Amino acid sequence: MADQANTGRQETAAPTPAYAIELKGISKAFGPVQANKDINIAVPRGTIHGIIGENGAGKSTLMSILYGFYKADSGAILINGQLTPIPDSQSAIRAGIGMVFQHFKLVQNFTVLENVILGAEDGPMLNSSLAKARKVLAGLSRDYELDVDPDALIEDLSVGHQQRVEILKALYRQAEILILDEPTGVLTPDEADHLFRILKGLKDQGKTIILITHKLREIMEATDNVSVMRRGTMVGTVKTAESSPESLAELMVGRKVLLEVEKKPATPGAVVLQVENLKVRDEHGVERLKGISFDIRAGEILGIAGVAGNGQSELLAALGGMMRASGKVTLKGADLPLSGKGADGQSRRSAGIAHVPEDRHHYGLILDFTAWENVAFGYHNDPKYQKNALFMDNAALRADTEAKMATFDVRPPIPTLAAKSFSGGNQQKIVVAREIERNPDLLLIGQPTRGVDIGAIEFIHKEIVALRDQGKAILLVSVELDEIMSLSDRIAVMFDGRLMGMRNPETTNERELGLLMAGMSGES
Amino acid sequence: MERLPKWADVALVPLISLLFAAVISALVILAIGKDPVEALNTMVTGALGSAYGWGYTLYYTTSFIFTGLAVTVAFHAGLFNIGGEGQAQLGGLGVALVCLAVPWPHWTVALLAASLGAAAFGAAWAAIPAYLQAKRGSHIVITTIMFNYIGAALIVYMLVDVLRPAGQMDPATANFPKETELPTLNHIPGLNLIFEKGVPANVTLFIALAAAVAVWALLWHTRLGYQIRAFGKSEPAARYAGINPFRIIMISMLISGALSGLMSINNVMGEAGRLVQNSSEGAGFIGIAVALMGRNHPIGVVLAAVLFGFLYQGGAELGLWTSIPIELRTVVQGLVILFTGALDQMVRMLLAWVFNFRAQPRAA
Repeated sequence: MADQANTGRQETAAPTPAYAIELKGISKAFGPVQANKDINIAVPRGTIHGIIGENGAGKSTLMSILYGFYKADSGAILINGQLTPIPDSQSAIRAGIGMVFQHFKLVQNFTVLENVILGAEDGPMLNSSLAKARKVLAGLSRDYELDVDPDALIEDLSVGHQQRVEILKALYRQAEILILDEPTGVLTPDEADHLFRILKGLKDQGKTIILITHKLREIMEATDNVSVMRRGTMVGTVKTAESSPESLAELMVGRKVLLEVEKKPATPGAVVLQVENLKVRDEHGVERLKGISFDIRAGEILGIAGVAGNGQSELLAALGGMMRASGKVTLKGADLPLSGKGADGQSRRSAGIAHVPEDRHHYGLILDFTAWENVAFGYHNDPKYQKNALFMDNAALRADTEAKMATFDVRPPIPTLAAKSFSGGNQQKIVVAREIERNPDLLLIGQPTRGVDIGAIEFIHKEIVALRDQGKAILLVSVELDEIMSLSDRIAVMFDGRLMGMRNPETTNERELGLLMAGMSGES
Repeated sequence: MERLPKWADVALVPLISLLFAAVISALVILAIGKDPVEALNTMVTGALGSAYGWGYTLYYTTSFIFTGLAVTVAFHAGLFNIGGEGQAQLGGLGVALVCLAVPWPHWTVALLAASLGAAAFGAAWAAIPAYLQAKRGSHIVITTIMFNYIGAALIVYMLVDVLRPAGQMDPATANFPKETELPTLNHIPGLNLIFEKGVPANVTLFIALAAAVAVWALLWHTRLGYQIRAFGKSEPAARYAGINPFRIIMISMLISGALSGLMSINNVMGEAGRLVQNSSEGAGFIGIAVALMGRNHPIGVVLAAVLFGFLYQGGAELGLWTSIPIELRTVVQGLVILFTGALDQMVRMLLAWVFNFRAQPRAA
């Protein structure tokens, strides 16, 4: 095994203390799935090192091994040249590793200070710890542009600030090595820029940073070196300056990839969806949609941009029949009930609306169900899935699933496999296949490529454009500006439950949209 | 956490849990100065060693299949129905009212009517907690527990003040007419060669087995079952799919309550021939353990019901033939429930560790 480890990977052959982290021959299997195969990686101290790869390529598994969540089946971890076993996260922290997760692990009703010392208190009494933390935090804020009010409650902070608290937590525990997992997913472009400034500051102070992301642009912008993973193996480590987005994408997928979406100009037809003064209140009575109006024509993609949590989810939920709303919505001239009878997912589907929800784990799929059971999800009343009045036709469903899996290139194409056993991209393909193949008049699609690998992104984008070209109306909600810009025929930015005017993707730019996303509108 | 192979998860985990329970039970018997080998011997011979013993074991099994299935159906809808006991007793009231209402021409007709009565009363008793859960968000675990007590009190009232024949001392209904008596296994041609007279196991056993098949078909082959399972796995996802939560909570609890109620066919109509206080004798609660151990699958439920039937009958034999007190039966049952239900995860982790340990040399 040691022999195999050295073939073709010179940079890991000779360990020197110049490396903050070295992983040697790391392998990890979950049952029959080999998540990591003989991974070798060496991260020089004081650099920002990107790890990029398709979903299911094994990035998260590798980082979980490094942080002590999983135990590798074989291989060794060296920290600063020292062999360091990491059986649990406490050992990882002791070894100077800090992790900022994609989903923050903060106590919402604690202050920043309380969150920072949580688990790192000096003794049973909190006062001395809090005072010490206050001093340390003041220093860190000054040094790294990491300013956060230490006495603010987490629930009152913006997502960008919450992320800073996570970084402060790691630094307070004297992390020398910082791992960030998809850190920009929830940030505005401005906040992301700020984050990268913070990371560069940390690097200049000699900290080592590992950045896991699927965004090639961020890799190009922020990292010194980048390692590419594909299907559980490390396919190469390159200097960022000597690579290009295209070459990295090709390494990730193993073939040439179109980064731009190819699409003809839209030929909008009649109005399909008309929304007037739509208002939604959540279960606490807070108004989440404050009266928005727009329309979508046949053969047109309307993109809704915005930072997560500004009412986009509620818009999809209200149109998808999952949430009560008020106002007036018509689909091809017919009124859609917004509350009471007829305001449910079944009625919406029979009206001709398909819905790819933002969160496939929570809404779009039942993870414990098999793929074929998920293909029936929402369409379980469809006559073609019934054997007779009493029983469902499970065999027909399995056959239908097999066909969909072939058309949408779902891997592995096994209808009886549980949804949770598929990678994110393949899960999303199952949902998209189920909804698009219904041939709907209107497709609601939220975060179509969140947590989806590049190969699948390309595929899903093509399907969305193809549906538009068939003359269907599409409402696209995404926090990925690139996605909105490249797919939409018109762009509306959502901020604080309102639409900040329409923009034409040909004439607008990221900067203008970024300002609108932050609630600053020049004109409208 | 590491995953176990399916066969280990389904077969090995319950077996090892049982082994643990048996070992601790043996220690308890040793501690009270008795002989565990003698105890085991008595239990096995008494419950499984003769057709007579089987006649009792299967009688208990029948009740446990019903209550185990009741818990299973609710569980798949994400609802923990602890009210099987109360629903079973109310089912008994339904049986009694039907059996005493009119003179029945034949046991088959009486059985059909009494089944409907049992199911309707059991379902009705589950409907109120279900409604409170669906409309008001009152937690079904709390309400079904409370309804067990309310049900018991209601039965006492009915027996003492309404259904007790004039001049009778004990709180019970009159004996059911002879025409409502269900054939025991001894009365069934073919089986009568095996089972002697006086065994309590009766035709209800076959209804229970049919119910197991029906529950299996319902859950995995019908639209309703599909919606029940989807709702049970994820309520937000069910809302996305347009599955009506109110409808699913109500229907699954009605089915669950009906299954609990149906158990009364076995004990009230098949065995006692009248309704007495506390007719279900804890079978509603045993159903929870049966469902847990049976992994909420009808096949598992039937197998687990046989096991608990054995424990019930074997435990009774202990009290009968040895100086070991009958209360030990409760101890053994408690340990089985503890290990198969509550400590299930512990055994699983232990096994995962063993499997890993075995797999390790292969990887290196």
